[in-house]
Amino acid sequence: MTLRSILGRIGLWFAVLVIVSPAILFFLWMASLSLKFEIDNAAYPPVFIPEHFAWKNYTDVLASNRFLTYFVNSLVVTGCATALSLIVGVPAGYGIARMAAHKSAIVILIARITPGLSYLIPLFLLFQWLGLLGTLVPQIIIHLVVTVPIVIWIMIGYFETTPMELEEAALIDGATRWQVFRHVALPIAKPGIAVAFILAVIFSWNNFVFGIVLAGRETRTLPVAVYNMISFDQLSWGPLAAAALIVTFPVLLLTVFAQRQIVAGLTAGAVKGG
Amino acid sequence: MTETSPVAAHDAAPEKQWRRPSYWPFVVPALVVVIAIIIFPWLFTIWMSLNEWKVGVPTTFVGLSNYLRLTGDPRFIEAVGHTLVYTALSVLLPLLLGTLAAVVFHQKFAGRGFLRGVFIMPMMATPVAIGLVWTMMFHPQLGVLNYLLSLVGIPPQLWVFHPATVIPSLVLVETWQWTPLVMLIVLGGLAAIPTEPYESAQIDGASFWQVFRFITLPLIMPFLFIAGMIRMIDAVKSFDIIFAITQGGPGSASETINLYLYSVAFAYYDIGYGSAIAVIFFLLIVALAAVMLYVRQRMLWTETGGDA
Repeated sequence: MTLRSILGRIGLWFAVLVIVSPAILFFLWMASLSLKFEIDNAAYPPVFIPEHFAWKNYTDVLASNRFLTYFVNSLVVTGCATALSLIVGVPAGYGIARMAAHKSAIVILIARITPGLSYLIPLFLLFQWLGLLGTLVPQIIIHLVVTVPIVIWIMIGYFETTPMELEEAALIDGATRWQVFRHVALPIAKPGIAVAFILAVIFSWNNFVFGIVLAGRETRTLPVAVYNMISFDQLSWGPLAAAALIVTFPVLLLTVFAQRQIVAGLTAGAVKGG
Repeated sequence: MTETSPVAAHDAAPEKQWRRPSYWPFVVPALVVVIAIIIFPWLFTIWMSLNEWKVGVPTTFVGLSNYLRLTGDPRFIEAVGHTLVYTALSVLLPLLLGTLAAVVFHQKFAGRGFLRGVFIMPMMATPVAIGLVWTMMFHPQLGVLNYLLSLVGIPPQLWVFHPATVIPSLVLVETWQWTPLVMLIVLGGLAAIPTEPYESAQIDGASFWQVFRFITLPLIMPFLFIAGMIRMIDAVKSFDIIFAITQGGPGSASETINLYLYSVAFAYYDIGYGSAIAVIFFLLIVALAAVMLYVRQRMLWTETGGDA
């Protein structure tokens, strides 16, 4: 190894360090805030690693009976919205790809451009009229605004790359379209479905704007619950940061472990919800 | 497209003229959902925007008067200004930093996959949760940012608590959050570049900067354009971060169109006016996208025109 290439290596590592440090430092600081007692959080200069860890911040958040309700709400909304969008979106992506109906993508594009709030006004009135407010149904339905376009978009892209020969052979052998989809196309598309699933889960879990309008006291999802903590219940930083970390932790975990799928999905369609 | 029953088709053309089956049944469920939650809301929004429509009050058809009201609404016009400034900064900074990050991540080094995962965490994290932590970091007395500034001798700032610095501070968060997306898109572009130009440049003794400026940059331009377009669409619509950190404040110093739309529709329950804002907002995004496309076309035209 020459001196020049060693210097190059050092320079590269320095550059990598500079680039990832804003992300790393932010989440470390978040963890630090969540593990400190009020005295340490109010200290100047700031304390990074406290002498005593305030695990109490976490146990308090987890032990409050409301938290469990909101956690279950988030699970139900994200679970249902993701499942429904896959049930509807995967076959649609298949159909659109096989029909080469590229013009239909324009609807996805419009959905992508439209601000989420625009859907909220008419759907809010509709849910009110149907008497659904106060249940989780409106949130599940409106999360489809985010998840369905993502799933369709990713699945179109995926099915366009899967080979047609097997499917045509199966059709000529007398299989029905449904059998071909179920037993030939779907198994090949599993990696694509995984990508669609992960992104739908993350964007639905993170969604905030729909919840602040549609959620009542009993039907809040976690992001809305955390926001309400800021404005009403909590003023001390420790428990707030702990709640924030608890809400986003599953997503962070998924990001690090499924980063290959996430990267593939985001660069293929470059979609984002909201 | 003519539809023949499978039996008839089979009789008419036994082997050779096998007809591709219709794939419509696969699309119908999604079509129903899309009509219900995307197309219907859109049409209904347009209808509402033509009415004086407030919750609890009988509605009356007022034609375009909601749209005319927009032109004389100083708060709306101010919100448009905030949105444009916020968007311009939130497109340019992530583009610049994301390209630099992509050039670095294009190199090979140990733990690249893992570090890329760490790097994209900001954009996948729950926006409200990170907005909450940024608010704490921005705190003028107790926030860690002013402490960090004091280490390099910069006087403390008011960040999101002062009208003059609130938008740049929010852009800082937006940039931190979305630079990774630009990085990923540009990284995809870098991976698609053939190696030959680099080899000949190396033989010619080109400097790193020359290689970047005259080989890499032109080749990743299409990807930068896509990244810029996506960034524009997302920055214009930015809501969670602004709402969680400032709610449009102090005063209305960071009130973008989206936040104003929220207030009109869900704080004042002025549904008709809110719908008009939603329609104009959508058209503004389309117009911005059209401008970007036009500029891109012009750039392509001058490039090829210059060569000829």
